[in-house]
Amino acid sequence: MRTNQKDNPTLQVKPEVPEKTPLWRHHHILDVDDFTAEEIETVFNTTRAMKEVLSRPIKRVPTLRGKTIVNLFYEPSTRTRLSFELAAKYLSADVVNLNASVSSVAKGESLVDTLGTLQALGTDIIVMRHPHSGAPYTATRYTEASIVNAGDGWHAHPTQALLDLYTIYEHKPSLKGLKAVIIGDIMHSRVARSNMWGLTTMGIEVTLCCPPTLLPIGLGEGHLPPVNIEPNIELALDKADIVMTLRLQRERQKSGLLPSIREYIQLYQLTEARLGRAKPDALVLHPGPVNEGVEISPAVAHGPQSVINEQVSNGVAVRMALLYLLSGSQKQ
Amino acid sequence: MKSLLIKGGQIIDPAQGIDVSGSLLISEGKISWRGKGEEAPPQADYETLNAKGLIVCPGLIDLHCHLRQPGDEEKETIASGTSAAARGGFTTVCCMPNTNPPLDNQTAVEFIKSKAASEGVVRVLPIGCISKGRKGGTLAEMGELASAGVIAFSDDGEPASSSYLMRQALDYSRAFELPIIDHCEEKALTEGGQMNEGIISTKLGLRGIPSAAEEIIVARDLALAELTGGRLHIAHVSTEGSVDLIRRAKEKGIRVTAEATPHHLTLTEERVIGYDTNAKVNPPLRTKKDVKALIQGLKDNTIDIIATDHAPHTEADKLCEFDLAPFGISGFETALGSLMSLVHGGEISLATLIAKLTSEPARIIGNSYGGLGTLATGAPADITIFDPSLEWVVEPKDFASKGRNTPLAGERLKGRVMATIYEGKIVYKDDSIKVKES
Repeated sequence: MRTNQKDNPTLQVKPEVPEKTPLWRHHHILDVDDFTAEEIETVFNTTRAMKEVLSRPIKRVPTLRGKTIVNLFYEPSTRTRLSFELAAKYLSADVVNLNASVSSVAKGESLVDTLGTLQALGTDIIVMRHPHSGAPYTATRYTEASIVNAGDGWHAHPTQALLDLYTIYEHKPSLKGLKAVIIGDIMHSRVARSNMWGLTTMGIEVTLCCPPTLLPIGLGEGHLPPVNIEPNIELALDKADIVMTLRLQRERQKSGLLPSIREYIQLYQLTEARLGRAKPDALVLHPGPVNEGVEISPAVAHGPQSVINEQVSNGVAVRMALLYLLSGSQKQ
Repeated sequence: MKSLLIKGGQIIDPAQGIDVSGSLLISEGKISWRGKGEEAPPQADYETLNAKGLIVCPGLIDLHCHLRQPGDEEKETIASGTSAAARGGFTTVCCMPNTNPPLDNQTAVEFIKSKAASEGVVRVLPIGCISKGRKGGTLAEMGELASAGVIAFSDDGEPASSSYLMRQALDYSRAFELPIIDHCEEKALTEGGQMNEGIISTKLGLRGIPSAAEEIIVARDLALAELTGGRLHIAHVSTEGSVDLIRRAKEKGIRVTAEATPHHLTLTEERVIGYDTNAKVNPPLRTKKDVKALIQGLKDNTIDIIATDHAPHTEADKLCEFDLAPFGISGFETALGSLMSLVHGGEISLATLIAKLTSEPARIIGNSYGGLGTLATGAPADITIFDPSLEWVVEPKDFASKGRNTPLAGERLKGRVMATIYEGKIVYKDDSIKVKES
């Protein structure tokens, strides 16, 4: 069911695909490590316009009418896929969901073949989730379509980082100089990796807090992105403005990186008492899905400082903004 | 067969300590005469290959390559692999036994020898397995393999995980005076690893392979070589720590030799950025610091030789997600060109480079094949002729190897093989090289 422009006389978002957005040079969204602060601000401004669209009784604009978007998911996902699907639909794009699987027998031929097929079918944007790091980068070599990385292995989850940033920005418009702490399984977290780039690009000071076995090598040693490391959660949280917790997979204990989940809870769970070390107006974020009672106590997850639900709703607006910006980009 | 005069090149033969301008005459597959400057040969009936402005050196010897036959003929065969070797200037290549079936018995070795004799373009010397089926359990029948003509033993691709097996291998092989070629990798630390462990693996979200995984086994096996007195050859050394360990072992008099590959000597882990599966190799490309240490190792003879670890794969093998791609670089045809960057960059001398590719590997192989790696009169006429400063662009589609998996595609290299002569026969020559009747 499509609405056309006449249904939305007060439309703020440009209804036509722009010739080329001068500030927007990205044909793909692969990570935020190649975003400038100005580009992130462009995403913020566009997201604000999209939130206005979402506040209307009829949440639909014809901006991407005639564009085809494929959600190519090689890994199960509920909220990210749903969020992208709704974002595409609110912009009137035709959206198709394709749940694929990576079999070690079929190897990567399946990825390259699938991309060839989508190319032949005339896809404009491919939103891709993949269990192997770098798969979206490989994909860019085999399609003309824009690739949006919806999470690749341990590597990156740029739309999550941008929606996290936007959520922070709504509460604290002056980002520069804020103190953020990321707590949890940094090693296996694409959310943490993308957030390190996004937060530091916006001038936010980042501290990583986790058991040393869950800290990837080389960080905090003078390399980019510039982050601090503090394995003690009480010290890490001191005067923090932003507290991000990450999901802890139970497999981490099985693979010997942790002695027990019990000890992890004792040492790293974000509790009300620990949160008290942060600033009184500190925000609590979590990319979901939350393991309540493991990395975060239920009281904190549902407490007054939690913006976890706002992250989810901002996710749709940020993804609308990115799809919109991409639709005006051109393959370099 | 008519005699062939290689006329007027710069003859560099580290085995004889020679670096002179002159000519070589080849008769009956052997080097029959060497003359200085414009000196003419003692006979009149010969063809002439003009080598003016070119380097003339002993045919290159590669102690470490994968020819994939039998078992993986879509990746490479003895025919295609030896053609690629000839294009790269190699006249002797030693093939690893990780074929299917593996070279753990006389019959398999005889198969390689007969294929090489009928289809090979250059000399193929097989390496036998350390363990039966390369399974790391019990020793392969090394005595039988030795009499079948293997030049070393290796379970390359897999380490000898058991210290007990490695001890027995180093000990038992002493009876044949053949080296154990050691793929040093502590598997417990490399499981699922994709590239060097460091800030780049962290940024790319790829599981890392720490230097310690190599160094632990290097240290272990040096201790076992000392214990047994066996000959140990460390394959594809990639880390600074390994170079240090080997240097100290040599100072102590342990019988160890070591090799480094052209890619570990010239490239770093930064090649993986962008997830280029053609830069995925085991051991992985390391850091600038490691490259520097390897070059220092070449200079002070801690690293005895350069070997390619030529590991061809099909395009489809590498056309996939980084995690799913096999390890390996197709190395024969870019080896000399990329290594010449070390000479042009002033890192090592041309004579050192040639020694590491000729006389030094010949010393490890030994004398069974009649004076490999030298241009001495009477030696087999295995000769490589190359232009040290000719620039060319790497075009994998032009490779003779079936494996086009190189991270150097499209790159400009300075130094190119112009002709390769194996037992007196020209097995490769560039189109610009003409052979004239006298």
